[in-house]
Amino acid sequence: MGKRVGMEVSIAAAEAVKQANVDVISAYPITPQTHVVEHLSELVANGEMDAEFFCVESEHSALSVCVGSEATGARSFTCTSSQGLALMSEITYIASGLRLPIVMVISNRTLSAPLSIWNDHSDVMSIRDCGWIQLFTENGQEVYDHIFIAYRLAEDREVLLPVIVNMDGFILSHVIEPIELIEQEKIDRFLPPYQPLHRLHPDRPVTMGAFALPSIFAEAKKAQEVVLRSSLSQILQTWKAFGDMTGRYYKPVETYRTEDAETLLITMGSFGETASVAVDRMREEGRPVGLVKLRLWRPFPFDEFKKATLSANQLVVIDRAVSVGGPGGPVASEVKAALYGEEQRPRVYNFVAGISGRDVTPQDYVKMVDKAEIEIEEGNREGYEIYGVRE
Amino acid sequence: MTENLNVFAVRTLTQKEYFAPGHRSCQGCAEALAVRLVAKALGRNVIVAAATGCMEIVSSPLPFTSWRVPWFHVAFENAAAVASGVESALKVLMRKGRIPHKKIVTIAMAGDGGTADIGLQALSGALERGHNMIYICTDNEAYMNTGIQRSSSTPFGASTTTSPVGRVTSGQMTWKKNMPAIAAAHNIPYVATACPSYPIDLVQKVKKAAAVEGPAYVHILSVCPTGWRSAPELSIRLGRMAVETGVFPLYEVEQGRYHLSLDFPKLRPIKEYIKLQGRFRHLSDSMIEEIEKRIHQEYAQLREKSGKASYEE
Repeated sequence: MGKRVGMEVSIAAAEAVKQANVDVISAYPITPQTHVVEHLSELVANGEMDAEFFCVESEHSALSVCVGSEATGARSFTCTSSQGLALMSEITYIASGLRLPIVMVISNRTLSAPLSIWNDHSDVMSIRDCGWIQLFTENGQEVYDHIFIAYRLAEDREVLLPVIVNMDGFILSHVIEPIELIEQEKIDRFLPPYQPLHRLHPDRPVTMGAFALPSIFAEAKKAQEVVLRSSLSQILQTWKAFGDMTGRYYKPVETYRTEDAETLLITMGSFGETASVAVDRMREEGRPVGLVKLRLWRPFPFDEFKKATLSANQLVVIDRAVSVGGPGGPVASEVKAALYGEEQRPRVYNFVAGISGRDVTPQDYVKMVDKAEIEIEEGNREGYEIYGVRE
Repeated sequence: MTENLNVFAVRTLTQKEYFAPGHRSCQGCAEALAVRLVAKALGRNVIVAAATGCMEIVSSPLPFTSWRVPWFHVAFENAAAVASGVESALKVLMRKGRIPHKKIVTIAMAGDGGTADIGLQALSGALERGHNMIYICTDNEAYMNTGIQRSSSTPFGASTTTSPVGRVTSGQMTWKKNMPAIAAAHNIPYVATACPSYPIDLVQKVKKAAAVEGPAYVHILSVCPTGWRSAPELSIRLGRMAVETGVFPLYEVEQGRYHLSLDFPKLRPIKEYIKLQGRFRHLSDSMIEEIEKRIHQEYAQLREKSGKASYEE
């Protein structure tokens, strides 16, 4: 077993980037992403990490640099939040279309306006369809572990897709947690140096980024859709290999006390740990409530999700972003779409909670379950509300 | 004398083509010629990061390519950032022994829109960071790829589809942004202007740019018959006239020192240049005079910076 060390989760993420032997790091500062790149710049400045680290003049360039370096065959990393992600969003679509295995950590933060530095998922939801594999983490250990998992997965010849590791800003990024570090020899075996299938090099000239006429665009897009969907099997294999190495096995959909549960809470990201405390309390009171946590957001794990939820009567989906003018939060939309084809399906009640970092306590989850059960009982089958708004 | 040498010395250039024939540029496109000459100047050990624009569209319709060297297009505004990534990757991969050590020149290439407008921030960042790369701006003085819209590099008076001649205004009512001066203000080792009408000069400058350590910026005037509404067979002549009238002087800025590549004791009347282009057809004699006055002023300033004695007009 590796050493357990208390450290800030952002520092753990940076340490993982170092251990992953990343070649090029480019970044632009934005709260709450800053601690990750500050620590990386220290590691490079002290000679503890051999990488090209540079501060660019915008997030748009941060990801553009990674696109250039990854295409040249260098393992590349960037990290951002909120407005920074919005600014680089153009390039997120291009990176996946070009099949470049970049890894990016998003320290999730609210999109303006009003300007807010605190946490929610509105930033990453704005690029939901950008074609990256998208993972959500629940605690610091998951953040640290998923840097290695993300690179191995991204660089898998059957995948070759960029990966986003989401960690909730402040709630995860700025807290100190015990992190079990993995020995470097193990990492080196798990994640050998990157060998690109194609790279920009004069010895074997290739053209990358050609434009497509309508006569070929749909075929190119379909190929991308097929590979993102089919990456699920590589994701499962990678988690299996990681579990065999560390004993920590991850799944696309995690369940907690779901046996015989009539009501299931559905969460994504750091909501999960607090929600599990609420589930414990409700179970103590004899209420059949369980928790289902989505770790994998893209590709959406339809089968695993259905397996975990179909036997319940109702799902209480907690979103951390608003789809303004839409049918509810983005997770609830996905959940409803996933269940629509089923003859017998649980009813879905959707809360948007914790936006702009507002605290969601165990008691809040209990209240949300209470409210949803009453509303559903009274026939409000497709309810949606923003929780806890002072009106 | 210089003119004769330039006419015959092109035969000394390599016959090898790295920007292959068969691309889809318009007849008389001097931008394609500029790109071809840049590619000839640098040979095969290059990696090109290109911005969106005419040269991208004419050369890379999937699954075809005109590029015999590694070529990469990502987006419109980020050629300098992508090239920064390429250059950094080469550096770190050679240092770590993952690719063999050899000199590979990283080139960013963009038009005037991708350089002076939307790409200016990324370019400034890359120049400031000091990446060892060449940035080539092929300037055809408007957004030609999208249908001749004005850019900040469009000259005063030119009619474009977004600076039209109307009852109130007469084409572009702002002066051309001085991109080489902006590049030079970053105190980079090498800045030059060039024009494919002077092929040997262009090739020599690009080679010089490749030889310096650190960023180099080469701004190439590229006559566009489609956008300038000029006869395709006049592209080379128009390029020469742009230089001879002082509209587009050829010069270098080496370690901050200005040097005129060609100096004209007497500039050719600007009217001769303007009259060959439909984009200027609406200009009155007084407007042409106003333009000429400004061009002469700028030329005199450039001569002064280059350490030339002022002369009587």
